[in-house]
Amino acid sequence: MRLTELRIAGFGGQGVIMCASVIGRAASIVENGYATMTQNFGPEARGGACSAQLVLSPTPVLYPYVVQPDLMVLMSQEAYVKFAGDIKPGGTLIVERDLVRVQELNVPDVKVFAIPATRIAEDLGRKMVQNIVMTGFFGAISGLLERESLCKAVEDSVPPAFAELNRKAFNAGYEYGMKHLETGALELGEEDPVSVSE
Amino acid sequence: MSSPIVSITAPANPVEDFLRTDRMPHIWCPGCGIGTTVNCFTRALLESNTDLNKLSIVSGIGCTGRVAGYTNLDSFHTTHGRAIPFATGLKLASPDMTVVVYSGDGDLFAIGGNHLIHAARRNIDLKVICVNNLTYAMTGGQTGPATPLDVITATAPYGTYDPAFNLPYLVEAAGAVFVARWTTFHVKQLARSMAEMFKKKGFCFIEVVSPCPTLYQRRNKMGDGLDTMKFYKEMSKTKHGAPTNEVGLTKSGEIIVGKFVDRERPDFATMMNAHLQHELGDQYIQAEGPVCG
Amino acid sequence: MHADPVGVLTGAHFLDGDHAACEGAIAAGARFSAGYPITPSTEVVERFSHRAPKIGATFIQMEDELAASIAILGAVWGGVKAFTVTSGPGFSLMMEHIGYAAMTETPCVFIDVQRGGPSTGLPTLPAQADMMQVKWGSHGDYEIIALCPNSPQECFDLTIKAFNFSEQYRVPVFVMMDEVVGHMTEKVVIPRAEEIEVEPRRWTTQDKSSFQLFAPCGEEQTPEMAKAGDGYQVHVTGLTHDERGYPNMTPAVQDRMVRRLVSKIRDNAEKICLTEQHDIEGADVVVVSYGITSRVAQRAVETARAEGLKVGSLRLITAWPFPEHIIRAIAPKVKGIVVAELNLGQMVREVERCAGGQCRIAHVGHAGGTVHKPEQILKAIQEVAR
Ligand SMILES: Cc1ncc(C[n+]2csc(CCOP(=O)(O)OP(=O)(O)O)c2C)c(N)n1
Ligand code: SF4
Repeated sequence: MRLTELRIAGFGGQGVIMCASVIGRAASIVENGYATMTQNFGPEARGGACSAQLVLSPTPVLYPYVVQPDLMVLMSQEAYVKFAGDIKPGGTLIVERDLVRVQELNVPDVKVFAIPATRIAEDLGRKMVQNIVMTGFFGAISGLLERESLCKAVEDSVPPAFAELNRKAFNAGYEYGMKHLETGALELGEEDPVSVSE
Repeated sequence: MSSPIVSITAPANPVEDFLRTDRMPHIWCPGCGIGTTVNCFTRALLESNTDLNKLSIVSGIGCTGRVAGYTNLDSFHTTHGRAIPFATGLKLASPDMTVVVYSGDGDLFAIGGNHLIHAARRNIDLKVICVNNLTYAMTGGQTGPATPLDVITATAPYGTYDPAFNLPYLVEAAGAVFVARWTTFHVKQLARSMAEMFKKKGFCFIEVVSPCPTLYQRRNKMGDGLDTMKFYKEMSKTKHGAPTNEVGLTKSGEIIVGKFVDRERPDFATMMNAHLQHELGDQYIQAEGPVCG
Repeated sequence: MHADPVGVLTGAHFLDGDHAACEGAIAAGARFSAGYPITPSTEVVERFSHRAPKIGATFIQMEDELAASIAILGAVWGGVKAFTVTSGPGFSLMMEHIGYAAMTETPCVFIDVQRGGPSTGLPTLPAQADMMQVKWGSHGDYEIIALCPNSPQECFDLTIKAFNFSEQYRVPVFVMMDEVVGHMTEKVVIPRAEEIEVEPRRWTTQDKSSFQLFAPCGEEQTPEMAKAGDGYQVHVTGLTHDERGYPNMTPAVQDRMVRRLVSKIRDNAEKICLTEQHDIEGADVVVVSYGITSRVAQRAVETARAEGLKVGSLRLITAWPFPEHIIRAIAPKVKGIVVAELNLGQMVREVERCAGGQCRIAHVGHAGGTVHKPEQILKAIQEVAR
């Protein structure tokens, strides 16, 4: 694990906080590193937008807030418009392919990876697990945490009756991610995976 | 000033056991009605055979608020207006306890009014005795929420013009299951009413119209304690079950007394236990009362 | 005594500070809470309302903070451990009952998740601006204990500590969180029940005829307790009272009573004052901070040390009683003390008082709404070190 600032954002009901919390658990509880998650509360958290920030670190996290994310998971167009431009140069954007239209950014060397997480979740029978598909995809793309750690954190975060479904969702996302790592990142504004630099 | 109507320090008094004799003499003025109500309270305890180790008394602040300090019971003299929420905590933590709230009209209906209506709404199992002397006595006879119209007080030197609460009406509307009113002239009825209330479960309320000769009667040229007794005797009419919207008090008009409300409604703890039991089944662990250390 | 296993969720959790504080209260034995919703503290009672029916506890949502803050005191005299939780305007409403709890020596815990003020201020954003209010907010002379967690883990640990102190000294104890600590989520390890030390209430076994509810016992000068229903016919009043609890309005009794209320804490301050100290020996500058600010300050300290400056740090875990002895020992040996806090000058006054002009004091204030930038604190360190 290396010091990494993350932002996960989307709209209410997509399981944004859960996604962040699974990553935080994997980092701090399963892998024994440090993770600090903060959320936006108040007026800015109303009206459907939802965002969580995470700092992952091999040493205790001192400053609690995310200053400039190394990586963002953006699950809605609104979140993309609001946050994408804050990404660190050279950072990674992960987006929900069907819900986010990727646009030009004024930040150099950003890599973009897209996954139709909602559609994959629907194919598994439950749209609600799209956030776990996303978590799997994040795991593969970022390589920050062990696959098993994330999967364990997923299992620990859901009621036992849903463990199997969520495991499947996680694996589907992870495998989708491994495939796309081979083909490379999306170009901004394009449909197919190529690396982007500006 | 006249001599006390009922002396609660008289040696032959059968209620002495219930009082902290080591705290006598008390602070109340001669002719004050509060002592009379305490006398009735102790008689009610005696008659109802209440287990005194299982009865606590909670007061707010005021002349009436001092009652808690003179009774030889677990007794709590709290802050102004907050006797009811204190009593709520005590009752919920100690469900076997009979919890009596004993306080003044200002304490219960002005600064504490919000707590009163909410406790009545929730039907917390509390026995509330309100000594209504129609004024803020402890602080020198200012206007209170139960002061009738056209009365001279320390803060209404030209007479009051803001309407008063009709206490039984308000308390019934808020949800009380037992509502009665007596005056300090009606000592027997009052004691009986109190004894009846100790046995009733839920939010119960007795208003005792009581003289404050020092600050209310004198300022309004209504005589002393004895004159007030005569006034109560002449002007009061017993009407059990009277609609509470018709029992509002005026400066010198009729005083309707009696038991106005006696109805059944599950109290807070019963509702809570039944509901949580229903929702949680075996997972529900009912609070058993005192549990620390 | 060890914690009752019924309430203890042993294991590693990913929890925010509010939830962790609730678990701390439960582990400490709290079985009653009364509250009134207010951001950013509401999550504590929301969790308690969820947990209570499964652990034999009671939660009641009251009509306001005045009611909540005295309902818990009623519950304590009914024999349970109890706490309430609030923020900002709600804390202002609770002031009268802080005094009542101190006066009646009712052990209880208040959790204040500090947000920006004054008035409605910043409901969802942090400050550390209730630090003087908690000490001085109720009228009259009294002492309280206040603890400042800087992580969700400490929200758990220090809430237990707060309950323990409250029983040990029969005093209201405050967990002074801030919005950041309350709302941040981190790993929280809850030990096994038998590893959690819990202070039982000191019920008296003294004779019923001679027991005095307010007569000091032992080194802690803290009286033993009896609850309603124990047959002691206790009398509890907010009026000045003698050892029996009977009102007594004489200057002599007032003097005896107030002095004991104050001295039971002041005389034991060194035992109550918890701090975290790093590299103070030989330092030119010591940074004093507490709560979330201590983490941000630590980052500034590390940067300063990397630049070769001799900087130590003192974190106040206990803010009240103020660790006077520590500041008095540091002041003559350093060039200066930097105090960082999310207010425009509160605990710094205590530092100045105790330093007594023996070193420079630099205050890095902040009106709240977010945390400091570490560079702000770093700049103050550099200036003082120069
Ligand atoms: C917060 C607060 N405000 C004001 C007071 C002053 N005060 C003491 S008793 C009282 C009025 C009491 O009136 P009531 O409840 O009618 O009792 P009575 O003295 O008439 O029996 C007031 C205003 C106080 N103790 N606390
Ligand atoms: S002032 Fe009035 S209410 Fe108070 S003790 Fe005297 S007569 Fe009674």
